[in-house]
Amino acid sequence: MLIAIAIMALGAVVLGAALGFASVKFKVDGDPLVDKIEAILPQTQCGQCGYPGCKPYAEAIAKGEADINLCPPGGAEGVGKLADLLGREAKPLDGVEKPPQVALIDENTCIGCTLCIQACPVDAIVGAAKQMHTIVESLCTGCELCLPPCPVECITMEPIQETVDTWKWKYPVVELKRVA
Amino acid sequence: MGLMQLFKFKGGVKPATNKAQSVTLPIAKAPLPSVVAVPLHQSIGGTPRPLVQVGDKVLKGQMIGEADGWISAAVHAPTSGTVREVGMYAAAHPSGLLTDCVVIEPDGEDRWIERQSVDYKTLTPEQVRELLRDMGVVGLGGAVFPSHAKTQASRSVPMEELVINGAECEPYITCDDLLMRERAAEVVKGIAIFRDLLQPKKVLIGIEDNKPEAAAAMAQAVQAAGEDFQVVSVPTLYPAGGAKQLIRVLTGKEVPANKRSTDMGVQCFNVATAYTAWRALGHGEPVISRLVTLTGNVAEPRNYEVLIGTPMDELLAIAGPKADTDGIIMGGPMMGFLVPEAKAPVVKATNCLIAHSPALFPPKAPEMPCIRCGSCAQVCPHELQPFEMYWFARAKNFGKTQEYNIFDCIECGCCSFVCPSRIPLVQYFRFAKSEIWARERDKKAADGAKTRFEFKQLRDEREKQEKAEKLAKAAAAQAAKKAAEAAAAAAAEGGAPAEAAAAPAAQSPEEAAAAAKKAAIAAAMERAKAQRAQAQPQNTDDLAPAQQQEVADIEARRARLRDIAKTELAHPEAHPAEAAPAAPADDGQTPKN
Repeated sequence: MLIAIAIMALGAVVLGAALGFASVKFKVDGDPLVDKIEAILPQTQCGQCGYPGCKPYAEAIAKGEADINLCPPGGAEGVGKLADLLGREAKPLDGVEKPPQVALIDENTCIGCTLCIQACPVDAIVGAAKQMHTIVESLCTGCELCLPPCPVECITMEPIQETVDTWKWKYPVVELKRVA
Repeated sequence: MGLMQLFKFKGGVKPATNKAQSVTLPIAKAPLPSVVAVPLHQSIGGTPRPLVQVGDKVLKGQMIGEADGWISAAVHAPTSGTVREVGMYAAAHPSGLLTDCVVIEPDGEDRWIERQSVDYKTLTPEQVRELLRDMGVVGLGGAVFPSHAKTQASRSVPMEELVINGAECEPYITCDDLLMRERAAEVVKGIAIFRDLLQPKKVLIGIEDNKPEAAAAMAQAVQAAGEDFQVVSVPTLYPAGGAKQLIRVLTGKEVPANKRSTDMGVQCFNVATAYTAWRALGHGEPVISRLVTLTGNVAEPRNYEVLIGTPMDELLAIAGPKADTDGIIMGGPMMGFLVPEAKAPVVKATNCLIAHSPALFPPKAPEMPCIRCGSCAQVCPHELQPFEMYWFARAKNFGKTQEYNIFDCIECGCCSFVCPSRIPLVQYFRFAKSEIWARERDKKAADGAKTRFEFKQLRDEREKQEKAEKLAKAAAAQAAKKAAEAAAAAAAEGGAPAEAAAAPAAQSPEEAAAAAKKAAIAAAMERAKAQRAQAQPQNTDDLAPAQQQEVADIEARRARLRDIAKTELAHPEAHPAEAAPAAPADDGQTPKN
């Protein structure tokens, strides 16, 4: 009887030690689900979802606080991917999907107030006080956050034009013909 | 033509070659076009920077676009004339979009810049490579990879074979055939340049056995030049002219997907590339023209020496397109594409223009479902499984297409050619590839945006902290300064507070600041006293009794006013606006924010 108890106790100690060691050794930093969700989000950092950036939104989705259809830049495709990842039902997008765009500063109107530079979440605007500002097109995510602070309304959003380098082959169209 | 063992690549097809039509006539020089539009980006790699402006006069062969980086090649004016435009112009591209071009209006004189032939053997290999880059020598087989970047052997693997590609396997195209027939000697000289740069053990010139005249001409030229190059006839089988296929046939080596051919001790150049390399070094002529086969639905199919930048419609008109011509195919029928914009210019990659007509290329019957017969897998020269890749590309499951090695596909079109269901397989693969590239671009951009966003947040936080620290420091420094000033002022006055002010400087910052404040107030009061003393009127001596009386009255009034002021200071809440200026000693002491 005593031996049996001792064996069981020993087994419990050994297994407990192994589990304790594993929990320290293989500890997962951060929430892997948040990272997976964040990888799907477009990283425009526009805040249209109501959260201050893509990561907070990803965290809110992971906690179940936010819905998956709040990201207009991600579009319907993004909603679909999130639905796949989380095993939820895909929903229509809450917002308007826009074609990819970049901000453009009218350099004649710009007064060099630096307000847009402070507003830009991704450091895509260069300039200094009382110097003309300009937007680095390749870095701009088209989040529109620079539009409201501009006191002279010199920033406009331009759709990104397709170039020879970014052009894509189209999906081969399957022609449907009436048979009868 | 030595007897040597040849190898086989898997698959391949034998489409009707349709080459006989365009080899009957010798190469002709195309007339000067009305306008030449030279795209700046004509090779793989960096887009050359334009060197000319609108209105500039240029000479034939003058560099108009400078190579941008090592993997890039210069572009040159194909004829003399005036630069009309440096901007967007129709591109020789399936998209029909515009691209950066230098548009030149020819002056009709076709005047060359000063051409200098160089003896490349006196130059270092580095100098030769630079020269090739600045002469715009790129792979003319179709890939337009800058040739100078291919003339460096791998560090670890010795160069075994240099393969020269004269296979020209695609139907209709005969420009390399005619080049070898008519200009074999210069092709051989070009091959010698690459041989000298790469130092291979042997040089193999592969020519499909449907071009015996070209092979004979090449063999004769090799012999005449006293070189030991081997001219090898390879079986006619599409796509024997693919670099990896020809290397396989001639050397038996299979170049893995993630390796360069130099890692296997092999390098491959097209015959036309060798020819232009010799023209560049031996004659000082940059790549401003190339041979183009005009064929298909035309009255007189023929090969022409064409200036780069010649509008395609203008060029095709020379061959006399028939009335039912409804488009231009650039390249061959297997890998070429219908040019969406007929005025698009001929570029370094343009080896053939085929006049398209419904009779010549009847529209394909509608696509049928895949029956998984496996014919496509049997003919694929890269041993891929097109029917699987098709399945996933069609379902837009791009990850799976990559698992089936879609990026090894050379888009040769063999699978589409044999498909009994007439599925445009290559179109699906092109679609999948460009989608995957676009996704990778987006992913990279998103990652960059994320990094910058996180950095900005970090920086904002750090700046806030730094600012707070700086303000605290500045406040302390200013206080210390004031204290020192006060001490100095007090010392000048000879007053007692000097010691009181100087002493606490070494104490803790808060105490120091408080003491400094106190000292400053004391100093300010001292100053005020001194000022008051100085403000004593100087003309008070020798006054008449009446004047003295007047002065006394004024003094009495002032004293009374001072008393009133004092009582009001004691209850400042009654008149805060007036009370505020009464404490000037504090001004400038407290930080403004």
